[in-house]
Amino acid sequence: MLQTKQLSYAYVKAQPMRFPDIDIPTGEHWLLLGQSGSGKTTLLHLLGGLLTAKNGEVRIGDTNLSSLTGAALDRFRGQNVGIVFQKSHFVRSLNVQENLALAQNLAGLPTDNARIAELLERLNLSHKLKSRTDQLSIGEQQRAAIARALVNQPKLILADEPTSALDDNNASEVAALLEEQAKAAGATLLVVTHDNRLQSHFSNQIHL
Amino acid sequence: MSLFRLSWKNLTNKPLTMLLTLTLFALGVGLISLLLLANKQVEEKFEKNLAGINLVIGAKGSPLQLILASMYHIDAPTGNIPLKAAKPFLNPKHPFIKTAVPLSLGDNYRGYRIVGTTPNFLDLYQAKMGQGRMYEAILESVVGAVAAKELNLKIGDTFESSHGLIEDSNLEHHGHAFKVVGILEPTGSAADLLILTAPQTIWDVHDHEGADTGEEAAAETTPIEEEAHDHKEGEAHDEHDHEGEHDHEAEAHTEEGHEDHDHEGHDHEEGHGDHAGHDHEAHDHSAPLKPITEYEDKDITSVLLQFKGNNIQTLNMQRNINENTEMQAATPAIEINRLYSMMGVGADALRWLALVIMAVSGLSIFISLFSSLRDRRYELALMRTMGASPGKLFSMVVLEGLILAVLGFVLGILLSHGAMSILAGVMKSEYRYSFSGGIFLQEEFYLLLGALFLGFVAALIPALQASKTDISKTLSEA
Repeated sequence: MLQTKQLSYAYVKAQPMRFPDIDIPTGEHWLLLGQSGSGKTTLLHLLGGLLTAKNGEVRIGDTNLSSLTGAALDRFRGQNVGIVFQKSHFVRSLNVQENLALAQNLAGLPTDNARIAELLERLNLSHKLKSRTDQLSIGEQQRAAIARALVNQPKLILADEPTSALDDNNASEVAALLEEQAKAAGATLLVVTHDNRLQSHFSNQIHL
Repeated sequence: MSLFRLSWKNLTNKPLTMLLTLTLFALGVGLISLLLLANKQVEEKFEKNLAGINLVIGAKGSPLQLILASMYHIDAPTGNIPLKAAKPFLNPKHPFIKTAVPLSLGDNYRGYRIVGTTPNFLDLYQAKMGQGRMYEAILESVVGAVAAKELNLKIGDTFESSHGLIEDSNLEHHGHAFKVVGILEPTGSAADLLILTAPQTIWDVHDHEGADTGEEAAAETTPIEEEAHDHKEGEAHDEHDHEGEHDHEAEAHTEEGHEDHDHEGHDHEEGHGDHAGHDHEAHDHSAPLKPITEYEDKDITSVLLQFKGNNIQTLNMQRNINENTEMQAATPAIEINRLYSMMGVGADALRWLALVIMAVSGLSIFISLFSSLRDRRYELALMRTMGASPGKLFSMVVLEGLILAVLGFVLGILLSHGAMSILAGVMKSEYRYSFSGGIFLQEEFYLLLGALFLGFVAALIPALQASKTDISKTLSEA
């Protein structure tokens, strides 16, 4: 489902980074561990098509990301890849429901309020449907961000340090939620982190 | 979540910034639109009142004043001229003159000017009789549409005039009841604001009062028969010798030592008591009017002339009048252009001010979008990860600029038309000229296009920047 081959990336005036080949079958949940500066985030951006690799290739399902350019790549990402970031940012002028609707619309899909309501219900956020995102607690924000990543039923969920800002309780809750939701959606999950607390949750691990 | 709604939400998320930007934009648009409206309407009034008049003859003084008083009825006349001197121009057989309309000014009824003139005055302004008929006897009057409405005058009503051009109850001419016999249809010109009557009425009203002061008694008591006789002699002159005739008459006039009627000097309060000595005129009120060319020692204020065509003779005529007589001849088009150029300095300054405000408002759109996008950098990157193309972000920001421009434009137009309505009220009470805030101009459509262009240009750089958001870099920095 998610495959990389001889992937490398070089920032300007920096040593090129080489990444180990990855091959994750559909529906599996993996943890990618690495220290700060090991290129975790760069790898995640390459996998999500936010960066374009200098060498090697990334395949999501049957699609080679390097074969897509411009708006087609944006659309593919919007529809097939859900990304959860370390800090949950939202479009501040919109409420929780509108942020989720925006994720649907930007991916070229129609607004599906039933889907949004159901998702927020599952993440125990239905009472925050109309709240401004800056009025949510950090835990609630992270759950809302997960809801946004899931709203288009992506084939691949990428999570970048989803727990680093959270305390132990919230961290394991978020990890459990990610696993649970990915399972429910039949999506492949890759969590990129340096957070060792998560090691116990995932049996499949890659170390950078 | 349509793009428009997203842009709108982004703007309303910062209401104070939006308010400031809109206020500036509305001020710029409003000022420009107000200038356009005022300019257009003033020009229209002036243009309409030009009425094809080629030359105005009146007493010496400021030519602009003569034009303003005789054609626009917004300034005091320069003085009076003897009818004798003006007679050559009133001759219907004059080779160059198509229409000649004598005016006798100086009285008003509750602020609306009474104009002693001949019925062909209506031809100048293409005025049509709405109700009733033309005046045919002394003290009969025809009232302009606006004046009739504002003064609440109807056919058959009577009123008494006052001396002077502004309302002053101390200067009322008592004992002369004007009768309304006709009301004009609206023309949109100065004719709407006037009360028309025969010049004989003006003379009649003043003669009775003037005579009592004793100053002009000799002139006023000239028997009518004698005047008629003089006129017949006058007609015998060669038609092509008008200048000569005119000079002759001007000289004769000077020799007689006849002075212009100085109405201001009379004591009108006391002046109207004794009419006994003038019964020969007083009992004439219902009699048909003689042509005014049959009168002799009377004064009029000015003569409006339409030429058959402009040529060297008409140019000479103006120069001759100005150089060889006690009268002056002024060309309306030239004087009005002079007035425009005098007013133009102020209008230019305002126009520059409006443009500066517009530029500042464009800058404020630019700054507000630019700084708001700096705050929203992460949002933009996020939107890219959710599938938004660079073009979409570009459109979103441009749309924000355009929304500001359109709203600012609408507010500005409301502002200018509101201000124009208020101004119209002032203008009406000051000058009795009607302006309107309800008129929309084609130029305002161009102003909308200009506003949209400004909104677009101001949003262009922020929009380009938004579309170039480096997703990976922005997300890593956050």
